[in-house]
Amino acid sequence: MMLTRERAKDIFRKVLKYSTADETEAFITSASHSLTRFANNSIHQNVAEEGMSLSVRAVVEQRTARASTNKLDESSIRQVCEAALALARLQPPNPELLRMPGPQMYRAVDRFHSESAELSPQARAETVRAAVERAEKDGLTAAGVYSNGVSVTALFNSRGLEAFHEETSAEFSITMMKDGSSGWAKKTSPSCVELEPEVLADRAARKALESQQPKDIEPGKYAVVLEPAAVLDLLGFLFFDFGGLSVYERRSCLTDRIGQKLFGENINVRDDVYHPLQAGPPFDGEGIPRQRVNLVERGVVKNLVYARATARKMGKKPTGHGFPLPNEYGEAPMNIVMDGGKSSIDDMVRSTSRGLLVTRLWYIREVDPYQKILTGMTRDGTFWIEDGEVRHGVKNLRFNQSVIEMLNQVEMMGPPQRTAGEESFEMVVPAMKVKDFNFSSSTTY
Amino acid sequence: MKEYGVLALDAATSQGAVYADVRVMDIRQRYLSTKNGETAQVRESESLGLGVRVIVNGAWGFAATDDLSRQGVLGCVLKAIEIAKASALVKKKDIRLAPERKIVDQWEAPCRIDPFSVPVSSCIDLMLKVDAELRKVKNVTLAEVSLDFNHIDQLFLSNLGSEIRQIKTQTGAGFVATSFAGNEIQRRSYPNSFGGQYQTKGYELVEELDLLGNAPRIAEEAAALHACDQCPVGETDVILGSSQLGLQIHESIGHPIELDRVLGAEANYAGMSFLTLDKLGHLKYAADIVNVVADATPAHGPGLGTFAYDDEGVPAQNTPIIKDGLFTGYLTSRETAAEIGQERSNGCMRAEGWNRIPLIRMTNVSLLPGKGRLEDLIADTDDGIYMETNRSWSIDDRRYNFQFGTEIGWEIKHGKRTRMLKNPSYGGITTEFWNSCDAICGPEEWTLWGTPNCGKGQPMQTMGTGHGASPARFRKVRVGMAYSK
Repeated sequence: MMLTRERAKDIFRKVLKYSTADETEAFITSASHSLTRFANNSIHQNVAEEGMSLSVRAVVEQRTARASTNKLDESSIRQVCEAALALARLQPPNPELLRMPGPQMYRAVDRFHSESAELSPQARAETVRAAVERAEKDGLTAAGVYSNGVSVTALFNSRGLEAFHEETSAEFSITMMKDGSSGWAKKTSPSCVELEPEVLADRAARKALESQQPKDIEPGKYAVVLEPAAVLDLLGFLFFDFGGLSVYERRSCLTDRIGQKLFGENINVRDDVYHPLQAGPPFDGEGIPRQRVNLVERGVVKNLVYARATARKMGKKPTGHGFPLPNEYGEAPMNIVMDGGKSSIDDMVRSTSRGLLVTRLWYIREVDPYQKILTGMTRDGTFWIEDGEVRHGVKNLRFNQSVIEMLNQVEMMGPPQRTAGEESFEMVVPAMKVKDFNFSSSTTY
Repeated sequence: MKEYGVLALDAATSQGAVYADVRVMDIRQRYLSTKNGETAQVRESESLGLGVRVIVNGAWGFAATDDLSRQGVLGCVLKAIEIAKASALVKKKDIRLAPERKIVDQWEAPCRIDPFSVPVSSCIDLMLKVDAELRKVKNVTLAEVSLDFNHIDQLFLSNLGSEIRQIKTQTGAGFVATSFAGNEIQRRSYPNSFGGQYQTKGYELVEELDLLGNAPRIAEEAAALHACDQCPVGETDVILGSSQLGLQIHESIGHPIELDRVLGAEANYAGMSFLTLDKLGHLKYAADIVNVVADATPAHGPGLGTFAYDDEGVPAQNTPIIKDGLFTGYLTSRETAAEIGQERSNGCMRAEGWNRIPLIRMTNVSLLPGKGRLEDLIADTDDGIYMETNRSWSIDDRRYNFQFGTEIGWEIKHGKRTRMLKNPSYGGITTEFWNSCDAICGPEEWTLWGTPNCGKGQPMQTMGTGHGASPARFRKVRVGMAYSK
């Protein structure tokens, strides 16, 4: 049974009954999630889960700690309150610990779509069957997922703060394979109606067919047209550096670089949970309303995001991006929106004399935290472009590329779109054409 | 636990499941961390729930719930049945499982000191002492220490009649010294990066690691990295430290031998494998001196892949993976073993929690030791680099092209460890690399490392795996490419 606002309030009343802490916070969540997974043109894994949890944070004499349980009977609620308090008492006081925030006002966001909540296993199977039929039409092998879910978050504290958010989610992703080539497509949305699985299946199939018998290519620097998923998975490694605490602790690549023109003139990025293509609750881990924050304007690092404690340390105002306390990380922008341009991917290809079209990237890892050099591989649809046309598929390549340098070499961009990859949380980002992207080695397929 | 499990199993069978298994899991975690002289995280959690896996109409269904009322459990079973029927709408053949016998048993992993019995205040006191040692060194700008304790109590029931209770305690501990200077961030971790060392044992692990005694050296190295030379670009002999070699095994042997990947089950996410079925028993994976096993048995040691039975009720086994350099075995499940005509699963199915299906996961995939000490191996090397402690790792979706970075390296010249090198990296092709191995240190240098963060599956599951390794030498390896422009 999903959590309702009334049920959450009832649980919090019990928490307050049993908590003897100076201040008490309760994070109550429930989630149900179903996922149909297919491979070799068959459904091979098909799962559903539901659960509810209560997480209590106690503050006593400038100390705080958290205890969580998924047992919600009266006795377990009492025990989790006692556990949080006992853990808090066992540590040294923190003179900088802030009082919990009082009541807040939140801007409404509507991210609950009943069609996603009600999507049945049979309906998911029928969609998968259509994708498999698309694969088999061209002798392809399909693998992928179709999932849907509901999540509910309620946050209360003893100073009267009350926040409640419910939203749905849906995802369809698909890989099509044939004789050493493959293609991939993915989309996520709060509404399963937005996914267009048949369009994604067709896109993945065309990539697999067009990249058959991929050719070797020498590693080196090439102009690349990065589809949005490739852009997303690279940028995902940059944005935790926009947390104020990471700069304060000098572990961010933005340390000593705030206010500098670090990126190209055409780079503008903000964090905006209220953007129509974004998802997530309008409040952070302490219940502070999320604000829109301009992070990068015309290439200049303008602002960071701040949890309450970080804001206090750094003489700033909280922006509503903190993680639940206590935590080591402070905060991060989680609803990135990057401005784009008007170019289509076809425009970018037409403008390229010699280069590569990259569908997605894989196993990206940070090589250098300050230069922000990343390494990773191309995957599932990498193509050679010559004289403005896609010529053929190429075998996958490894890159070692600084994202900072990359964002100084963006020549063209497409319209921003909600994008999902496998290495980063979803963002609204454009496709882009980048010059001199550094590929260091190749593989054999 | 048994009451819920039996209720679910009986319901699944009566609803037409030809196969059903139920896992009830009660998981408790305590995580403590400090940062620059203050506590950072102090949290505890518990999670109790049940997952039901069924085969109906020749297809799989799975559902999980933490509503352990009669109504909640029965609803979960009906959901699993409904899902299996939906799976059967898109199938090419019926699921077949390799035979397994009924097992009724109970096993508890050895744990000398229950970490939950150690006062939190004592843990924090130790962590803050380590923190203070790290920050005594000038230019250490961030000191982080963590302790992680997990207790997993699991009951497995299946309609084969199996009833298996397993109780495990796992402990993790480590620290990181970060130094920002100029335009560079350098880190040193002990005893390993990304959380330190993890094993299936109790608080005794924390005592064995001597965190406090190692803090000054690690802090000094973090600060010293700024001033030392960059790892050169080119081709040279490389000696990998034990923990880095553990991750090399994980990525370039452990993952490609997962038979579900080989057969395409992970094609859309984690990827497939270059180890196609024709290579079993034929591929010269590595040099003759290389012997690798996948050993889940307690005799192998307290690894994160140590258990008595896997999550399909198959007994833990020791499977030769590479024997004298030859590829000899996959990690299997009952379904994949049957698929390739093997008589029995080698017991590698594990689930992250009650709410996830078991997948083929590495157990303890370990390189068996050779001979000699690290210093002997360095003395035997004319020109090369010794690299220690992972910093970055990346490998393609067939597990063939890899690149790793380490936190620190030392040049070796004429048998001596000479100047320190920063930002070391190396890379290559899996089989070429393993065939270039010409020396492996002995049992006295062998450590069973824990990798607590191995991701696989959709929904994503994080699993702990074990990797025993002693330092080893590889000839003519490409180095320095991560910074090459």
